[in-house]
Amino acid sequence: MSEFIEIKDVVFSYVNEYDDPPTKNVVLKGVSLEIKKGEFVAVLGHNGSGKSTLAKLLNAINLPESGEVLINGMNTADEERLYDIRKTVGMVFQNPDNQIVATVVEEDVAFALENIGVEPSEIRRRVDEALETVGMYSYREHAPHKLSGGQKQRIAIAGVLAMQPECIVMDEPTAMLDPIGRREIMNTIKQLNAAGVTIVLITHYMDEAAMAGRVVVMDNGSIIADDTPKKVFSKAEMLKSVGLDVPNVTELTHALIKEGISLPDDIISEDECVECLYDLLKKGE
Amino acid sequence: MGIIRTEDLTYVYGEGTPFRKVAVDGVNIDIDEGEIVGIIGHTGSGKSTLIQHFNGLLKPTSGKVFIDGEELFADKSRLKEIRFKVGLVFQYPEYQLFEETVYKDIAFGPKNMGLSDDEVDRRIKETARLVGLKPELLDKSPFELSGGQKRRAAIAGVMAMEPKVLILDEPTAGLDPHGRDRILGLIKEYHAEKGTTVLLVSHSMEDVAKTVSKILVMNDAKVFMYSDRSSVFARSEELSAMGLTVPQVTKVFDRLRAMGIEFQDEVFSIDYAKGLVLRLLEEKRKNLD
Amino acid sequence: MIKDITIGQFFPGQSVIHRLDPRMKLLITVLYIVMLFIAKGFSGLGAGVIFMLIGFLLSGIPIKMMLKSVKPILPIIIFTGILNLFFITSGNIIFEWKFIKITDNGLRTMAFMAIRIILLIFGTSLLTYTTSPITLTDAIERVLSPLKIIKFPAHEIAMMMTIALRFIPTLIEETDKIMSAQKARGADLESGNLIRRAKALIPILIPLFVSAFRRAEDLALAMECRCYRGGEGRTRLKQLKTAPRDYFALALTVIFIAAIILLNRYSPI
Repeated sequence: MSEFIEIKDVVFSYVNEYDDPPTKNVVLKGVSLEIKKGEFVAVLGHNGSGKSTLAKLLNAINLPESGEVLINGMNTADEERLYDIRKTVGMVFQNPDNQIVATVVEEDVAFALENIGVEPSEIRRRVDEALETVGMYSYREHAPHKLSGGQKQRIAIAGVLAMQPECIVMDEPTAMLDPIGRREIMNTIKQLNAAGVTIVLITHYMDEAAMAGRVVVMDNGSIIADDTPKKVFSKAEMLKSVGLDVPNVTELTHALIKEGISLPDDIISEDECVECLYDLLKKGE
Repeated sequence: MGIIRTEDLTYVYGEGTPFRKVAVDGVNIDIDEGEIVGIIGHTGSGKSTLIQHFNGLLKPTSGKVFIDGEELFADKSRLKEIRFKVGLVFQYPEYQLFEETVYKDIAFGPKNMGLSDDEVDRRIKETARLVGLKPELLDKSPFELSGGQKRRAAIAGVMAMEPKVLILDEPTAGLDPHGRDRILGLIKEYHAEKGTTVLLVSHSMEDVAKTVSKILVMNDAKVFMYSDRSSVFARSEELSAMGLTVPQVTKVFDRLRAMGIEFQDEVFSIDYAKGLVLRLLEEKRKNLD
Repeated sequence: MIKDITIGQFFPGQSVIHRLDPRMKLLITVLYIVMLFIAKGFSGLGAGVIFMLIGFLLSGIPIKMMLKSVKPILPIIIFTGILNLFFITSGNIIFEWKFIKITDNGLRTMAFMAIRIILLIFGTSLLTYTTSPITLTDAIERVLSPLKIIKFPAHEIAMMMTIALRFIPTLIEETDKIMSAQKARGADLESGNLIRRAKALIPILIPLFVSAFRRAEDLALAMECRCYRGGEGRTRLKQLKTAPRDYFALALTVIFIAAIILLNRYSPI
């Protein structure tokens, strides 16, 4: 049985036709990645590392130049399966304003279902369900432009969720939000994953990546790390060298280890850090 | 008297409509010249409305604003003059780039001030250096630059007006860690080199903690507190409840204190935290001896 | 200032007029316009006034809003009024001074035209005041959909209207922001002659266009990800259903048209 998502040795480049002669910018240099159903994968990388390009391979927005991408065994290059692929893998983007089509919340959530020709009564049911899931049901008749960034982004998620996808790819969904909006979205993501939806979260926030089950780090068009958050974050030096942050607590414990203090080198959460510092400072008193 | 001072500044949106909202409510502040101040508050706390008063883009509903000792709006003919003393960099400033070249775009502000071509040229070159834009980028179209470069070019456009006060609204929004550190770094350098008063608006306490010495906290249209960094961080729990992100290290040490570890300090940076742990360990060893 | 524009403003409500099938409302509005144009005299126009008043009274829209809708086209009404007044020279002369001649015919035409334009505006305003933009777009798409046979892009037009409606508030907000940002850089938008003012708009318009294009690109991508592929095979969340009241309204409209035809023939004042 093959994996749910399989990216096999994909090369992808953008061609700049305005340059004379046209220049080619290779963004993905032979990337392979497999994702199981129900996983929560965070993809980290600085701007221009190729992480957004990778995300767009998953629902046939970008097609590989060489190599292939399989979703549930369907090849993304197979035009006949295009809409099946897009129904399976939904996508949420960075700017909440630019992905809402309609002037009424529920009409927007219904958009994808209308496109794929779902029965009106079924649309109603699924729209209500999706809005309930993201906690926006009471706003169903509001105008989207009057909502907060976090709320708009939840509407966008509901619009994708209504298609009942098996996987949702989120391309920096919190980058333009304030702390409250970020919290709303992260809670929604956790809740969706708990309900069995596969999540691929493109981000550069470490605290968000720490919530994932698996972290993939991209740099310069290649995957340079792919492991549990604990293992990845413990390579603090490597992350810093590719322009990424390390969680505060990891940075602190690593700095202390360098001073000769014995502490575990894989601390990534606040709780663990409090616990081990408490032990360190209290023990023996 | 400080470079920016307000007296009972109040601003009401949509007066007389059902959408009436008091965005700034009786604010009295006095910011000293040469200070680097962080302004924090959740979305809708009034911080963005407040700063738009400082260069006369908004007119107070009641109360007064003084810039460099002179009251804004007292004499309308002086407004433009006073406005040039306060440079305001908006959120996502790269969206205001419009000229054919980066050079011309940075020149827009200084030219509006009526400066000579030589002076404009000098300022462009200086600010381009300050924000780390290489000279060869100046002849490029601003739309060809990378995201981080665009943002720095837009900031340079305001810096080149050489205001006495530079205000930046969420200058790191949407940038990756590298881009963010670069912007915060250049703001610090600019402040150190020019001695200009800098106001940095943010909802990230972490960004602010790294950069400023004093912090103004806005909450529900009012000033919650205006004080030095550690007194503000001493109330980190209240700030967190307002919807601000407190740095993870601050939270860790707040919890350690609650668990009975004794120390006086307010922790807001990794370096500080490291020093504190080492010191506490030292004390513990002495006690054991 | 820029936020005061009220194109296609909608007043939510539960009146009979609000609840009419939007397709029927659209059809009735078209018939109403026909009514106004076939009316030859004041008696016919009077029937139009009564028809409008029925709709207006049933809708519960404040009279202030109706009057406000005429305000922007007041100059046009005055202009055509003056033209009619001075250039129609047939009929009995009421007033004469040098080359200016005002006749009873001129006066009558002026009043007739003014009433007709005002009725026209009132009627279409009543339509937009009582129908949400999205419902209206939906109705336009459905009414025009038979024309798809002759390749008329009914769905595309409706989709464009929806997106425009969705983004107008966003772009207005954006314009305000860009204006503030350029003013902070010393841009002077308020003084100088026409050419200078037009030039001063460049720093506003270019960023606005750039941003609109960026938004369009993002939106197209988001739509594609949600399986958008044009109007074919599309279903709708909201089904439009006609009720007896719709047919009653239509019948009433037809009666009024008949009445006007009769008035034209037997009472042509």
